[in-house]
Amino acid sequence: MAEYSTNEQLPDEKLWGVLAEFSGPGDIFRACERVRDAGYTRWDSYTPYPVRNLDKAMGLSASKVPWVVFFLGILGAVGGMTLQWWASVVEYPIVYGAKPFFSWQAFVPVTFELGVLCASLAAFFGLLHFARLPQHYHPLFTSERFQGVTDDKFFIAIEAADGKFNLQETVDLLRSVGATQVEEVAG
Amino acid sequence: MSQALVDLRAEQLHLPKTSRWCKLAPVFGGLGIAGLLTALLLAGQTTLQHFLFSYLTAYLYWLSLALGGLFFVLLHFLIRANWSVSVRRMAENVTATLPLLALLALPLLLGARHIFPWAQGVVSDPVVQGKAAYLNLPFFYLRGGLYFAIWLGLAHFFYRWSLKQDRSEDAELKEHLTGQMTRFAPLGMVLYGLSQTFASFDWVMSLDPRWFSTMVGVTFFSGSVVAIMAFLAFMAAALHLSGQLRDVITLEHHHDLGKLLIGFVLFWAYIAFSQYLVYWYANIPEETSWYRHRLVGSWQVLSIVLAVGHFGVPLFFLMSRHIKRRPMALLVGAAWMLALHYIDIYWQVMPTIHRHGVHFTLLDLATFVGIGGLFLAVFFWLLRRFPLVPVGDPRLAESVAHENF
Repeated sequence: MAEYSTNEQLPDEKLWGVLAEFSGPGDIFRACERVRDAGYTRWDSYTPYPVRNLDKAMGLSASKVPWVVFFLGILGAVGGMTLQWWASVVEYPIVYGAKPFFSWQAFVPVTFELGVLCASLAAFFGLLHFARLPQHYHPLFTSERFQGVTDDKFFIAIEAADGKFNLQETVDLLRSVGATQVEEVAG
Repeated sequence: MSQALVDLRAEQLHLPKTSRWCKLAPVFGGLGIAGLLTALLLAGQTTLQHFLFSYLTAYLYWLSLALGGLFFVLLHFLIRANWSVSVRRMAENVTATLPLLALLALPLLLGARHIFPWAQGVVSDPVVQGKAAYLNLPFFYLRGGLYFAIWLGLAHFFYRWSLKQDRSEDAELKEHLTGQMTRFAPLGMVLYGLSQTFASFDWVMSLDPRWFSTMVGVTFFSGSVVAIMAFLAFMAAALHLSGQLRDVITLEHHHDLGKLLIGFVLFWAYIAFSQYLVYWYANIPEETSWYRHRLVGSWQVLSIVLAVGHFGVPLFFLMSRHIKRRPMALLVGAAWMLALHYIDIYWQVMPTIHRHGVHFTLLDLATFVGIGGLFLAVFFWLLRRFPLVPVGDPRLAESVAHENF
């Protein structure tokens, strides 16, 4: 039976949200679907390893990272070609091997490399940005139980800032979808 | 993953006899014979050399597809892939056309004197004379025989073992056969790599015997892998749209075939440009002459069409996952690449005789339809005859359950 524990009597303004523990990937998958269907928006799931299709169960929209990668990759490639054109046609034209100043063939490798470099940097930093990382502190770190997430425990946390959040109803929902433990987390 | 995950309903594994797919083998067979007969009739109005060049272009197109299939099968076992089990049978069916292609190579071997300048009697060019130890007809025939011995042997054994798995009920034997194919794959891959590289030296590079490029083998390889990925993606999407195999070749397989297709499109562009860049830089006459023919007049137009169509368009079209996961869009992209692959082969072979401009004739079309018709007749006949997927492969269940993150 689900156990409802309060750390201490938290005043409402101190409440960050509630944390629910689940025992396995199947449980958290079904729970995520129910939380999604209940209409919550400010919540997240935490698992020790990637659970396949959990993003769909959570109703997450497609990642925006590919678009950032695409446009920055294009920008890097265009920038690379433009830089070389500017250097060898405008700023410092020198004849190499009787070739024209604008020898695009020679510029392709750098164009390609700059496109790849910018795209991969965009992927790296874009992912960090959309994942809101690095994050040095999170209210969930105050929970003793939450440390199990790096081992074998599965969690859903719903923030009090969610428009639909109501302490009693939210806790009831989490219990009804199979949480083994539910606790309040201070913010 | 449990075996129960695979829906082994018979209509998903065999084409229903009433299906349109089953009627394709005789249709393509008829087209092939009609094409070859037309080509023979048209050959009377032109030179033997022109006929053989048209034939060579068409032949290399379908040969590259068959060799791409062989690569796909070997790669599957070499890297112990799971996801590709359910599309492997189609690649195996493609490799089963190699005996037919060996037969169709006879006109080229017999007519070698009319195709390859180095084979035309007394060679006066000192550069070509210097290559006589390699470029002479007896050695050329010997090598050709060796290539086909390798290809036919690999295609035969891998197909036979796979079919043996299909028929077997013995789980241990199935595992044993998979292990056997996995053990043979590295050796097969080495033999495949060497034979297809030297085959492209013999049949593509030596058309211009003064010219040389160590890239020709890789260029031919990259084109042939683009062709097989496009062919498999096309077939997977077409079968899906006709309602066949939907539970076995899923959107996940479409997605992966599409990814490999765009990957090898990029590889092709990388290789093709690398060769061009090096020759452009050095600007040595015996190297650049090859590009010289291809960068003037209407050949230059075709070069640009090739660069844009074989690289620029698919780069952006196939980039999105939504395209790769939508069968109709993938079908269009794959058909586009199959068409552009013909231009790629045409661009490599034909400037040798049409020095002054693109001169596409009915003969080119007739030989293409002729060889292609027979090729597809064999493919579709096997598609009807054997299960559509390797039903006996122990990893089929994993392949069917495969998902992209």
